[in-house]
Amino acid sequence: MKKLLIGNQAVAAGLHDGGLGVVSSYPGTPSTEITEFLSKYDDLHSEWAPNEKVACEVAFGASLAGARSACAMKHVGLNVAADPLFTLSYTGVNGGMVICVADDPAMHSSQNEQDSRHYAIASKVPMLEPADSQEAYTFARSAFELSEKYDTPVLLRMCTRIAHSQSVVETNEATPAVLKDYEKNPAKYIMMPGNAVKRHPFVEERTLKLQELAEDCIYNTVEYGSDEIGIITSGCSYQYVKEVFGDNASILKIGMPNPLPVNTIKDFAAKVKKLYVIEELDPIIENHVKSLGINVIGKEMFSILGEFSQKTIADAFGIKANDSVSADSPVPNRPPMMCAGCPHRGMFYTLAKNKITVHGDIGCYTLGAVPPLNALDTTLCMGASISGLHGFNAARGGETEGKSVAVIGDSTFMHSGMTSLVNVAYNATNSTVIILDNSITGMTGHQQNPTTGYNIKGEVAAKVNLEALCKALGINRVRVVDPYNLKECETAIKEELAVAEPSVIISRRPCVLLKSVKPLPPLKVDADKCKSCKRCMGLGCPAISMKDGKANIDNTLCVGCGVCKQLCAFDAII
Amino acid sequence: MKTTNVMIVGVGGQGSLLASKLLGRLLIDEGYDVKVSEVHGMSQRGGSVVTYVRFGEKVYSPIITEGEADYIISFEKLEAARYAKYLNKDGLIVVNTQQIDPMPVIIGAAQYPENVLDELVAKGLKVEALDALTLAEQAGSPKAVNIVLMGKVARQFGISYDKWIAAIENTVAPKFIEMNKKAFDLGYNS
Repeated sequence: MKKLLIGNQAVAAGLHDGGLGVVSSYPGTPSTEITEFLSKYDDLHSEWAPNEKVACEVAFGASLAGARSACAMKHVGLNVAADPLFTLSYTGVNGGMVICVADDPAMHSSQNEQDSRHYAIASKVPMLEPADSQEAYTFARSAFELSEKYDTPVLLRMCTRIAHSQSVVETNEATPAVLKDYEKNPAKYIMMPGNAVKRHPFVEERTLKLQELAEDCIYNTVEYGSDEIGIITSGCSYQYVKEVFGDNASILKIGMPNPLPVNTIKDFAAKVKKLYVIEELDPIIENHVKSLGINVIGKEMFSILGEFSQKTIADAFGIKANDSVSADSPVPNRPPMMCAGCPHRGMFYTLAKNKITVHGDIGCYTLGAVPPLNALDTTLCMGASISGLHGFNAARGGETEGKSVAVIGDSTFMHSGMTSLVNVAYNATNSTVIILDNSITGMTGHQQNPTTGYNIKGEVAAKVNLEALCKALGINRVRVVDPYNLKECETAIKEELAVAEPSVIISRRPCVLLKSVKPLPPLKVDADKCKSCKRCMGLGCPAISMKDGKANIDNTLCVGCGVCKQLCAFDAII
Repeated sequence: MKTTNVMIVGVGGQGSLLASKLLGRLLIDEGYDVKVSEVHGMSQRGGSVVTYVRFGEKVYSPIITEGEADYIISFEKLEAARYAKYLNKDGLIVVNTQQIDPMPVIIGAAQYPENVLDELVAKGLKVEALDALTLAEQAGSPKAVNIVLMGKVARQFGISYDKWIAAIENTVAPKFIEMNKKAFDLGYNS
């Protein structure tokens, strides 16, 4: 049956139909749906792990046990999972193992634009890269066989446009999951120096075998069109190239970016007059082609930055684009922002009001950085708020300890905030950490985590007690506040910043978008009482605007959180 | 045959993903090759969102670029203006006249352009405007703006009325079917 599936759903279907037994992942746009869709199958074990390293190791353990296994993550998640990845390359697998990694060219929802293909090369692990949902299905499914045949984990690289584009997929009958036997094999699975030194030659030999495979496989395909122009491309860039050239160029589509073929490229190059490489992000294929001594045009014509489109390709080749017109009036930007009633808003308002230096982290609360709150000073990566604050305070001591905090969400704290908090206690800075506990993993679309009390299937699960955890990590001062109560927030911040020891404030209120959260009746403005002071506008709440010179609350957006009401000096909000 | 390009644009949270899901499903049943490209994550939080729907005999790129769109279905006025440059010279913009102020306007850092739809018409673009929010409220929920708009454009794609209704019945939760069918009809007959 033909189905219209986003790439991530196609990956899920491919993994499942390929006999997947265990999947463990941490959510991250644009990879999240792979595991969400897998969690709907009852014939496999699925879970949200606290971070990508844990997820990758769980998948390794499952593979060792003889199951086909997978983990999925965004590109920056692979940084976290890089430690097991590099040595997994040495141990190889028992059951087939697939590591799905989704890059985000143009950074639709990411903090950097890294190219995961570097990891495949550096860890010497084969990587597959589909160019549509059908290939996502086929490649994911075949990756298990590749993994078992060559005794290696396989990286499956997605990018935003493949992960989140729906295209037509035909699925085949599923292969039932089987458990291979587990046999103790210290030489293969215990990577201490004496064993690892013997596994490294295996890895190099495997790469040579995979290079042979790259010359003749379903992943790399050639379409001969014109002999004037030859284009080597991969992933979504292939689609843009086809959109522009159709059959009027010869195309070598690379579906296995590591290891890259040699003879296939040489043969292809010999048959065309002018050779181009069109690939998003870094010049991985281009550098390989150049290393073969072949003249090729690549990044001098196609940017290293952002994502491409058919227009990028057409413009580069001087092909005239369609005419278009636009309005003369400037169109204001519509940046993303915290929702009306977002529990983070009250805390950020209080921090901004008190001119606190705020070390931010990764999640919805990164939006505390945008106007009018402008509450953040830095955002680097998962967990860096706490460790960054500690380093900041270690460098500047008492000067900053009393006026700097870290903010981190519940899921991010589980991911990699705990170790940073241990460091604060152990190496003793008087740092104040605010855990923004909205009881869900928010930005990626509401995934459960160890603090929510539910697992990926929505079943009741062990629930981390954040207060007890922080105390166990060595923080003696732990208090809980309601971020809808501005006074309570301000008192807590001032008191905890004043004390000469590290402290944690848990700002606790569930995400307003959760189905379990029932909105309160919307508030309204008494126009007679409103003095147009615009103090409520300082919250940056999308429900509040100025209409006819007075504050106005949009009753379709307002959830009655009451934060603005606490700010109004004239009791005009009722 | 030429590929047809449809853009569905609006503000995060307005339900454009459901609209594209419905349209995509119907088009695949008509036997077309179809690609639908969405945005997830950060860009959904009250930000400007765009979904591309492309269909034809064989579709390659999942996205639509400037001057290519045959239809722009806009859930909000300003978003129609933002993406108007994507329309081709024979294209049609169907726009909900609702105004949702973006944060730069709310905080007074920018102005919401007045009469922005008139500007687009003056540029020679074909614009059909309707108050989908009021129609959605008539149907029973302001959340049904997406279905009202799909009703408004339903005739454009050669898909029968009955198939649209069947798709709604198959896509939305049972308790919302009647309300959504009413919303569809209000758009269809507007």
